[in-house]
Amino acid sequence: MGAIATSNNPTLPQDPNVRGDVILPDPVEGRELLVRGNLTFHQVTEMVVAVNEAPLLKTPAPFVFGLLLAASLMAMFVGYVMWLFWEGPGVWGNNNPVGWAWDIVNFVFWVGIGHAGTLISAILYLFRQKWRTSVNRYAEAMTIFAVVCAGSCVVLHTGRIWLDYWLFPIPNQMGLWVNFRSPLEWDVFAVNTYFTVSLLFWYTGLVPDFATLRDRAKTRWRLLFYGTLSLGWRGSMRHWVTYEKAYQLLAAFSMPLVLSVHTIVSFDFAVSQLAGWHTTIFPPYFVAGAVFGGFAMVQNLIIPARAWLGLKDLVTVRHIENMNKIILLTGSLVGYAYGMEFFVAAYSGNEYEGFTFINRAFGPYWWSYWIMIGCNVAAPQLFWFKKLRTNLTLSWIVAAFVNVGMWFERFVITITSLHRDSLVSSWDYFVPQTEWFFLIGTFGLFFTLFLLFIRFFPVIAIAEVKSVMPEADPHFGEDHGHGHHDAATAGGH
Amino acid sequence: MSTTTPKTWGLLAQYESPREIYKACEKVRDAGYKKWDACTPFPVHGLDKAMGAPPSTLPWYVLVIGICGSIFALSFEIWSMQSDYPFILAGKPLLSIPAYVPVWYEFTVLSSCLTVFFGNWFLNRLPQYHHPAFQSKAFERVTDDKFFILIEAKDARFDADKTRALLKGTGASHIEELGD
Repeated sequence: MGAIATSNNPTLPQDPNVRGDVILPDPVEGRELLVRGNLTFHQVTEMVVAVNEAPLLKTPAPFVFGLLLAASLMAMFVGYVMWLFWEGPGVWGNNNPVGWAWDIVNFVFWVGIGHAGTLISAILYLFRQKWRTSVNRYAEAMTIFAVVCAGSCVVLHTGRIWLDYWLFPIPNQMGLWVNFRSPLEWDVFAVNTYFTVSLLFWYTGLVPDFATLRDRAKTRWRLLFYGTLSLGWRGSMRHWVTYEKAYQLLAAFSMPLVLSVHTIVSFDFAVSQLAGWHTTIFPPYFVAGAVFGGFAMVQNLIIPARAWLGLKDLVTVRHIENMNKIILLTGSLVGYAYGMEFFVAAYSGNEYEGFTFINRAFGPYWWSYWIMIGCNVAAPQLFWFKKLRTNLTLSWIVAAFVNVGMWFERFVITITSLHRDSLVSSWDYFVPQTEWFFLIGTFGLFFTLFLLFIRFFPVIAIAEVKSVMPEADPHFGEDHGHGHHDAATAGGH
Repeated sequence: MSTTTPKTWGLLAQYESPREIYKACEKVRDAGYKKWDACTPFPVHGLDKAMGAPPSTLPWYVLVIGICGSIFALSFEIWSMQSDYPFILAGKPLLSIPAYVPVWYEFTVLSSCLTVFFGNWFLNRLPQYHHPAFQSKAFERVTDDKFFILIEAKDARFDADKTRALLKGTGASHIEELGD
């Protein structure tokens, strides 16, 4: 780690398995290289598509093992869902007034995970954060699969799932409409819009890279598969003009969208009358928590993947560090919100609010509250130190803690408010039993989709990464005599 | 290959770097060609200006359809909740605009984004699975690391020899004639 290099004079090791991990000096004095190792455009292409182009029968054994493991968990999920259909949501302990929370906990957990993907793809794009290009495809895929998992939680929790179309305003013989004044209906629109827009955004970004795979295809099925998906893309500059505008517009719409989605999810709680839920802090607090948990999931996925897929030159330690900074920021925001909830409960003088929060920290579910505080507020504070936030192993471990913590945050919010609600007859102590299969099953679904994505789709946005390389500048190499060249070398201007 | 057959679609010229194609595009533009195009593996910054390509009209479509979607969503909510099936729920008034905002907002975003997505492909005339340039073996690198200029034979200024000479003068590393 001791190698010293500057952006103008990089002296990086030749080994591509090492140079991505080298920490470059102060990024302020000259922006760091986004792509390491003086790669040519062709080398970038080769690096990214290597995993996609491996023949099917030569899929690496660890990958096959991972996929089989994920797929068997997904099979278990399907089996559990069949049982759910057969028996009804009673299998989730829904006869217990506290127990219905399980699906909501998992729904909010998964939909929150998705937010980091949109944040990277839209908000960082609009803020011209060029480092995002190395991780955005990956994070967007994570978003989509996480929203699929979230969707499966809400679709299945209605009980009679064959009537789920009642959620949509479809004209019917009774002349009834859905209740547009209900937070649950807002959620239907928010999550569906979010899923649709994320999918369109992701696919739009993928089209030029599908064309790359099409043009390199050696077998018939690859040619047909990638040829169909690439829509006949030929890189025409006249197409790029509209394409870039479309990308920009989708980013501009996604930015407020992603903020609105978790805001609306928080309305499911905040618009109700239950002490501990009925608070105005929920929308910003939920959004910060969603970004926090989502970035942790990105770290958990990308730190192993960049090593296994040989992508260290493209996803460098700087990318990991930047994401750790966001985790630190949002983790501290979440910690502030936890504190502020207590303050508002005390300051309001409302005894029910006061009881709820004291009960949250010291009542029967005290253990879940302190797991949440430990994982979400304490663990990320390690990232104040550059040495720790550039340590990849530690980053992965902290991210795993954050994921656990964020799951428990939703557990704490949902369960602790319900288990001591206004009717004493509803009080109970909820212990999940078979429901664990549901949670684990959604992980199976998520990882099955994710591993298939890694195998068949380019995990790095190839065209975008090329466009932030210094050689991509049409004036690269020209000496204008006023530092233009330096700016270009540092990754554009 | 120096003479043009009647079936020629146009000429294809290959360049090795963004810088070369940028300079070449300026020359082709200044020579007055209209029916031509540049194909690149990624959007080269400023190349549309060097080509004299017009800006995209996509935002106007999005604006119009987005506003229509927005008006539709709010009017539908008001109509269905207030007049078609008036029913007091959760103590909220029949016309409760604040409670209509989330769905109104989401629908506006959804209609705009669908317009962006489909408008992008519509304006670019994609999917188009066949294009004369795909005959060229060299053109397979267009999505990798090579840069191309295509000049159509339909262009008023197209002349097999003169156009080829122009492209050669711009430093093309490879020039090829494309059949229709």
